[in-house]
Amino acid sequence: MNIFVDYLLTAIPLGMTFLYGCVGEILTEKAGHLNLGIPGIMCVGGASGCLALKYLSTLGLPAFVLVILSIIAAFVGGIAMGLIYCFLTVTLKSNQNVTGLAMTTFGVGVTKFVMSGLAENGGMGYLYARDYFRYPFAQSTTSLKLCGVMVYLAVVIALAAAFVLSRTRVGLHLRAVGENPATADAVGINVTKYKYVATCIGSGIAALGGLFYIMDYSGSYEAYKSIEALGWLSVALVIFTIWRPLVSIFGSAIFGALYLAGSHLPTLLGVRFDMSVTPLLQLLPYIVTIIVLIVTSIRNKRENQPPASLGLPYFREER
Amino acid sequence: MRNNKTSVHEPLFHVVKRDTIPLWKSMLIRVIAVAASLLVCSLLSMVLIKANPIEFLETLVDATFGSERRLWKFSKDAAVLLCIALAITPAFKMKFWNIGAEGQVLIGALASVACAFYLGKSMPNWALLIVMFVAAVISGAIWGGIPAIFKAKWGTNETLFTLMMNYAASGIVAFFLVKWTPSGSSVLGELKVGHLPEIVHPYLLIILAVIAITLFVFIYQSFTKHGYELSVVGESENTARYIGINVKKVIIRTMLLSGAICGIAGFLIVAGLDHSITETTVGGRGFTAIMVSWLAKFNPLVMILTAAFVTFLNQGASQISTFFNIDSSFPSMVVGIVLFFIIGCEFFINYKVKFRSTSKKEVK
Amino acid sequence: MEKKLALELKGVSKYFGKLAANKNVDLDVYRGEILAILGENGCGKTTLMNMIAGIYYPDEGTIYVDGNEAVIRSPKDAFAHGIGMIHQHFKLVDVFSAAQNIILGINDGKRYNISEVNAKVKTIADKYGFVIDPAKKIHEMSVSEKQTVEILKVLYRGADILILDEPSAVLTPQETEKLFAVLRKMRDDGKSILIITHKLHEVMSISDRVAVFRKGEHIATVNTAETSPAQLTEMMVGKKVELNIDRPDPENVEGRLFVKNLSLTDTEGIKLLDDISFVANSGEILGIAGIAGSGQRELLESIAGLSGHIEGEIIYHNPKTGEVESLRDKNPVQIRELGVRLSFVPEDRLGMGLVGNMDLVDNMMLRSYSKGRSLFVDRKKPKSLAERIVKDLQVATPGTGTPVRRLSGGNVQKVLVGREIAASPTVLMAAYPVRGLDINSSYTIYNLLTEQKKKGVAVIFVGEDLDVLVELCDRIMVICAGKITGVVDGRSTTKEEIGLLMTKTDTSYSDSEGGKGE
Repeated sequence: MNIFVDYLLTAIPLGMTFLYGCVGEILTEKAGHLNLGIPGIMCVGGASGCLALKYLSTLGLPAFVLVILSIIAAFVGGIAMGLIYCFLTVTLKSNQNVTGLAMTTFGVGVTKFVMSGLAENGGMGYLYARDYFRYPFAQSTTSLKLCGVMVYLAVVIALAAAFVLSRTRVGLHLRAVGENPATADAVGINVTKYKYVATCIGSGIAALGGLFYIMDYSGSYEAYKSIEALGWLSVALVIFTIWRPLVSIFGSAIFGALYLAGSHLPTLLGVRFDMSVTPLLQLLPYIVTIIVLIVTSIRNKRENQPPASLGLPYFREER
Repeated sequence: MRNNKTSVHEPLFHVVKRDTIPLWKSMLIRVIAVAASLLVCSLLSMVLIKANPIEFLETLVDATFGSERRLWKFSKDAAVLLCIALAITPAFKMKFWNIGAEGQVLIGALASVACAFYLGKSMPNWALLIVMFVAAVISGAIWGGIPAIFKAKWGTNETLFTLMMNYAASGIVAFFLVKWTPSGSSVLGELKVGHLPEIVHPYLLIILAVIAITLFVFIYQSFTKHGYELSVVGESENTARYIGINVKKVIIRTMLLSGAICGIAGFLIVAGLDHSITETTVGGRGFTAIMVSWLAKFNPLVMILTAAFVTFLNQGASQISTFFNIDSSFPSMVVGIVLFFIIGCEFFINYKVKFRSTSKKEVK
Repeated sequence: MEKKLALELKGVSKYFGKLAANKNVDLDVYRGEILAILGENGCGKTTLMNMIAGIYYPDEGTIYVDGNEAVIRSPKDAFAHGIGMIHQHFKLVDVFSAAQNIILGINDGKRYNISEVNAKVKTIADKYGFVIDPAKKIHEMSVSEKQTVEILKVLYRGADILILDEPSAVLTPQETEKLFAVLRKMRDDGKSILIITHKLHEVMSISDRVAVFRKGEHIATVNTAETSPAQLTEMMVGKKVELNIDRPDPENVEGRLFVKNLSLTDTEGIKLLDDISFVANSGEILGIAGIAGSGQRELLESIAGLSGHIEGEIIYHNPKTGEVESLRDKNPVQIRELGVRLSFVPEDRLGMGLVGNMDLVDNMMLRSYSKGRSLFVDRKKPKSLAERIVKDLQVATPGTGTPVRRLSGGNVQKVLVGREIAASPTVLMAAYPVRGLDINSSYTIYNLLTEQKKKGVAVIFVGEDLDVLVELCDRIMVICAGKITGVVDGRSTTKEEIGLLMTKTDTSYSDSEGGKGE
């Protein structure tokens, strides 16, 4: 197969990991909350999906049911993390940055705990389910096998998020909450409810990214170790895609390509780099993110700004 | 409250902002939060690892105070964490969300190692140490200064910028590790040169250095013009503009200092402890330091306590994980849970939950 | 005529900390009437209205709507009872269109279709004679357009009890007249309208009854037809206060600050200041009048060196050395280094003039900390200055170590003005220095300004209350949409004359530009 097509077929599915995280974070940020816990949440999503798979696999359920159940488990795991975050930042009005960072520390710890526990209990066996995640191309011998159901699910979720945000009342209300919660409150929108629901659903979506990366994309239990870094890139991707789920579909594909540039560029260009160059090439997505951050801040356009009250707690009786 | 004519369906309670709170009360709330969190942790460990809560707490305390060796290790770990927390504090006080301490420390450590690697044989140890120190300070300052310049000029989001700089730093370390290890193993052995001298105990010098930095940061923040300027910028850029503070200059200057102290932390880790470097030399302490600094409300003296507390938890929890033979990730879970409680309890310090004093509840 | 009770408040109280914003308030509102809620700033009228609208929840007391007990926990509850409030600070989402703002929060089960909403908004607007483009984004709108959106928002929801919080504060007299016509139409439609104001002539012209508030308490409700401005004032302020502000004649008048052809353009190319030229003289108070957001803030900030690049010249004549200095393109530090003693009391006290979280001493230091070569700050002098200000101006504070945000509005302003005067300025600029202050504090401030004038300071006073401007200032400069529309003598002018000048818009200015800068 053409090496360039192969590159794309590897990069785009990888990008879907970012897409899950990015769409989840967009929903959260639209509600006015900067959730730096997303990397931790993605990890927990992966862990709870694997955990469910492991314990349900003994029940003799059909494989596709198992896959669905583990996706649900990941989603629920993400929501559970989202609830902790919401309780602290919405109800208790804690500092969002600090809470998010603590969430990530906690989430990464929990994930490692669960995953190593699974590995010890001979848990590698659950990877048989990988093929169902990779439906319908599981048998493919090329990178096409990576383009399984969860790749399409990511795009569907992104499209749905875009639709909800721009074409529905709920989306209008949600954006109002993130822009100006006092205004939303004044017209009777339940700010707390919107913040909770958006943040929790966002966390649930992000959590799917973790499961996707472990079970589908890499198909290896060890993969949980790289989710945190992917999660941070997802958060950065939100700025890159100016808070638009539609743009994020393309943005995440680009990020996927950049992330793999280090390992694929030499083959693509048909050259051999010195071994020490590889770590530098792997910096590409981070450097591009930095450049994007700089460029978007220089081109300061009204339409491309973050939600106006992002990061600020809302207290109705604040005088 | 007098003369209360209450209605039937009124909300059960509502939340009001506190004016002031006596110190003892706020401390009491924090102590209760910590106690509650430890209770949750011990219950959790009871479920997860069948550990008896008493045993759990005993092990926790024993891990730090059980022996002189543990106490030294505890002091050393707390000192390094404190040093990084001190480094980011001026930036945070200025409301510059520097979550790039991880990278700034790492790059400082890398600079130190590089000096030792290239210059180690050509100069005496004391001179090498000075060169390593200076290199670490400069490289840390540069690493912190880059995001600051963009923040000052265009308001570039510093949170993500500094975060990305962490990955850039670890990539550069990876690059040099490949270069320095001809075998391609990327594992750099212990450096034979550039060790800090030992005074009484191998860790004592580091601890003393960090105490000096603590005093420096405390004085800098509270008593110098620079410190005053950075707090004004942090409170209100408009006010800073109004009195003619050059906000851009203050942002850059403060981040240079912040990065420089991170560099010193990197130097201390390399010259005093590790004598080597990997991509994970900092090991998340750059993030933990944010908590330490924030919990202390950016007060360097209080930070001694918070750094000690977080280290105590870490050390205790890892002792538990060894003792009960569970995964080494256990400490980060424990620290995470305790942090949730402490973060959450701030609410009860800043706000008051008011119940209706004479409300008659009516079940519909 | 038998009138139906629409809204009834019984024993309503609200506390902020130890401070009672409202104490045991009883109030009746009938269908088909306009009730003016009259009171000084800070008398609790807005707090009370916020409780009716569900923004605050009363600590004590009960609210009845149509005779039935109503628990209004949120604005949503208020809407359910047909109550809608138009806030002074508009509660609009800037990046949304007018129509999106209007339907915000409505859940009628119908599909979200913005073109349908646009049409419906247009219908309602036409009914009352509003001119509005439903698809226009809020951040592109003028102040009066934004207010129109706020009112439409309430009407769209079919509210029949409307609360308006100082609706005319941001409007020109013409716009106010239009608004009042609409309100009368609504009243005749059977709606109840509560209008918060502290402008007596508006009360007299629009309301059927007036409820007067003082220090959180409801003093009385009277029929407008049976009362007089004098009586209302007396009820409002309690004891009769000396309304006369002391105004000595200017002495040793000489030009101190010369502003020539000053223009300022914002990043979007809109002229915030347009060819402003005037002289501020020593020993006199120069008043600046204009509708809020006409460029007052920009003018003072330009002089103080906070506006970046400006066109034109700002020249300072140093009384000591006789030297002439240009202040253009200089920042506050450079201006100070020139030996120009320029003090500035900005409009935004806690956001610009002071740091809310710092104590009095550190706030005193804002002006003086950079003096000297030492690396360290000196807190001794600021501390004694803080103590002196607390004593001289009777600042109510637990001590000089208290964060200023804990002080009340009047005390905050005393601290700020005290600090600015302590620098013994030659030019003193004050933007809305009595906004939100009670009468006693206001007079303290007037006296301080007049004292400075007697000392030979060139005082520039930006005010909003025309009565005060006319009694306090020696000369009054009126600006409108960034342009000077006239300079009048404070002793001979009338409020009407100034009012006219305030709205004398040049034809080259379209309506939407008039409100920029707010």
